[in-house]
Amino acid sequence: MLFPISGAHISPIYLAVIGFLIGILGGFFGVGGSFIAGPALRIVGLDWNFAVGTDLAHIVGKSVVAAKRHRALGNVDLKLGLIMAVGTIGGAEVGAQLIQMLKRAGNVNLVVSIVSIAVYVSISSFMIWESRKTLASRKPLPPASAKGAKQDRSAFQHVTRAIQRLKLAPIIHLPVSGVRISLWIILAVAFVGGLFSGFLGGGAGYIRMPSMVYVLGIPTHLAVGTDLFEIIISASYGTFSHAVKGNVDILIALVMHTGAAIGAQIGAIMTQYFTGPKIRLAFVPLPLIGAAIVIYTLFTGHKL
Amino acid sequence: MKKEALKTLRAFLIELAIYAVLVVCYFFLVLHFLGAGLRQLEVNHRYTYACVSILLIIGQAVLLENVTTLLLRLLRGRSE
Repeated sequence: MLFPISGAHISPIYLAVIGFLIGILGGFFGVGGSFIAGPALRIVGLDWNFAVGTDLAHIVGKSVVAAKRHRALGNVDLKLGLIMAVGTIGGAEVGAQLIQMLKRAGNVNLVVSIVSIAVYVSISSFMIWESRKTLASRKPLPPASAKGAKQDRSAFQHVTRAIQRLKLAPIIHLPVSGVRISLWIILAVAFVGGLFSGFLGGGAGYIRMPSMVYVLGIPTHLAVGTDLFEIIISASYGTFSHAVKGNVDILIALVMHTGAAIGAQIGAIMTQYFTGPKIRLAFVPLPLIGAAIVIYTLFTGHKL
Repeated sequence: MKKEALKTLRAFLIELAIYAVLVVCYFFLVLHFLGAGLRQLEVNHRYTYACVSILLIIGQAVLLENVTTLLLRLLRGRSE
């Protein structure tokens, strides 16, 4: 089928199936899934610029569905999500500027590839260590520090608590997550996520979701739901920016989203049946897939 | 418990089948009626196109979420 905006011929069934699979991942892990959607669109012949912009537009729609479902399950901290959106947008702009600087220096591909491989492998290694240690410890869940806060436990909790004790005014109270923490730490986490989003592309949920759990101390279920809510805002900003530059084929995004809408709901509902450490352990392969794709492009020169 | 799980799975599979039919109809409607207009907008009015794109994807997300929830409620005969 011809999509007139990008001029690409793609099967709508293929797009809906890809959307469905990414929707499940997004709803379950709170990630955009751009490391899969980008290559999936490239494989069927969509230009790289359209693949990036169109994927962002589809992420907006998928995140609306998944965040709505997570909100119904009590997994969204709106206050935290809104604060994080500010930091993410700032970070994304700085990341995009860094890319421009590296482009001028002429070594953008090598630097971005090495940084992304290091980041992806580090996240996976850390999460596999932490989640396995937490699951093996069999310690009881800590008492909820606020009514309604979802309980979670982590082998890294002592570091998280030390970060939460830092008295950098203003201190923000997040009753839904059951956390009191400095505003600057929230903004710093969001800024770093945004920086990687602008620098490496995609929504950078693979960095933001673990950071929310390990640095801010947000329970895993809430980190997933809140990350999705935050992605609605930051991906909308990214979609607008790319659409103005002529990088979005909204018809492809709409068709992909028909599959993602149902996949995202399945993913969100599935989180109810898994504990926080198990969700984090299942998350481990995602950054590794991202690293494998980067290694492939680095060695073959084919940008997927 | 097992009976309940089977009922849910059955309802979900029927929902998926109905949804698939609706989606195929939707593909053709969207591409037929929106394709040319959006192409013109993308070429001539980029900022309007950017705003319309975001509104379309969010609008579709809300619509499909409601459709799937409604389908599931009808099939299961009770609210989730």
